[in-house]
Amino acid sequence: MIDEHLLRDLTPRALGVLVRRGADFASAEDAVQDALAEAVRRPPAEAPDEPQAWLVTVAWRKFLDARRSSSARALREVAVTREPPPGPAEQADDTLLLLSRCCHPALTPASAIALTLRAVGGLTTAQIARAFLVPEATMAQRISRAKRTLAGERFARPGDVRAVLRVLYLMFDHGFAGATGRGRNVGDADLAAEAIRLTRQLAASVPHDPEAAGLLALMLLHHARRAARFDAAGDLVALADQDRSRWDEAMIAEGVDLLQHALARDRLGEYQAQAAIAALHDDAASADQTDWPQILEWYDELVRLVPDNPVVVLNRAVAVGHVDGPLAGLRLVEELDPGLPRRDAVAAYLHERAGDRAEAARLYAAAARDAPSTAERTHLLKQAARLNRNRGGQ
Amino acid sequence: MAKYLLLKHYRGGPQPHPNAETQMDQWTPEEISAHIEFMGKVADDLRERGEFVDGQALAPEGEFVRYDGEGRPPVTDGPFAESKDLIAGWMVIDVDSKERAYEAAAYLSSAPGKDGKPLHEWLEVRPFMGEPPVVE
Repeated sequence: MIDEHLLRDLTPRALGVLVRRGADFASAEDAVQDALAEAVRRPPAEAPDEPQAWLVTVAWRKFLDARRSSSARALREVAVTREPPPGPAEQADDTLLLLSRCCHPALTPASAIALTLRAVGGLTTAQIARAFLVPEATMAQRISRAKRTLAGERFARPGDVRAVLRVLYLMFDHGFAGATGRGRNVGDADLAAEAIRLTRQLAASVPHDPEAAGLLALMLLHHARRAARFDAAGDLVALADQDRSRWDEAMIAEGVDLLQHALARDRLGEYQAQAAIAALHDDAASADQTDWPQILEWYDELVRLVPDNPVVVLNRAVAVGHVDGPLAGLRLVEELDPGLPRRDAVAAYLHERAGDRAEAARLYAAAARDAPSTAERTHLLKQAARLNRNRGGQ
Repeated sequence: MAKYLLLKHYRGGPQPHPNAETQMDQWTPEEISAHIEFMGKVADDLRERGEFVDGQALAPEGEFVRYDGEGRPPVTDGPFAESKDLIAGWMVIDVDSKERAYEAAAYLSSAPGKDGKPLHEWLEVRPFMGEPPVVE
């Protein structure tokens, strides 16, 4: 069989070639998946010398076979039935073309993520299903429905980069939040790493877009801390308490470099601003040395770029709490909807900094009750427990 | 083999054992970690024995929902802050006998709590409806 990583890199290229030859997206995607399955079944001794050419040839044959076995009417609709000679178009970069199709605004984010992972990421349906903790049949159906939504649309021009960035951001977020220290609840597909790989491909294909580089920087600057996010017992560790010697310095350096080049283009966007905040946290040798005034400036930019986003306002309140004092931060929190997720946790953090440990403990316990994940619930309960203990046997 | 649902309740069930009466935020952080680690170990042990099927935790708040007629949005009721019974999560196991299901539930219920003492938490054990026999 062909090396799995190589195969996965070749997946979008083969798909791009088929689409450029006139195959519709859904059939082309099926054909490439069938060809991948055949590649995996091949004995190592029969590995082709030119895997990409092999994959394209097999996928094209599968596409034609599928067309021939379907109705005669469908056959007449095939634009090209004989394999055309490879042309310059085949060397073209199809990354954005394919990604923008998989991340089409007509699809829900969950469907777009699944389709992107399969069509461009080269993951199998089973791997994607495990990553989302759903049965394989359910995931197969989600992907088919997504493809039906896109069916019939020939596409020659890439779509909106913004929509692609949004889907990749959500994919990263899902992978990053879903990873647990105990290694449970995660399949063999690391969605955060997968999102980084795809964003890297996208950023290379749209070098003029600083937001693509900004998103890649943002992911790297967060991913660099993953080893320190959980303690030995597998429980979540807050940023301020993380062992910074376990952060991946090379990854941080790459993220910072990408960000600086993006910012130099002077076209600021939300991902660059978020990356700048992450970079400032990564840059601090200890939590005490965090440059909060500069972080607050970036939050001000972020509020300008993404107005009316309560999550940004909530996170900004933490920065305000460090710069202008916890009470100033709390005043901002109090203006937010009481039902906003993590509002109680931020309020608890600020109350503790203001010296009100009893109120902080009460709010941490309340935040634990409403926590959206068991990892956060445990973390928040432990914060409450820590404060209750230190209050001295009350 | 037969499947059993092990239900953990936030509220409801028989009178709690004294060890299970203290709220978790009154434990120490280390006791919380030890408890969570034990729960993970139970799932791992059941997996190891080929008995684990699924396990999930539920948020404490939910609502009742029902159909309200063609073209109308669903009717909701709740959440009920005072409801007597509240499910916290479940584990599904596939085991050889009812005795083995009870043994697994007791193991889960022995998770350490405050001062490292076993919680003796009540778990509800419900057998799944099975398939009709092939040979009668």
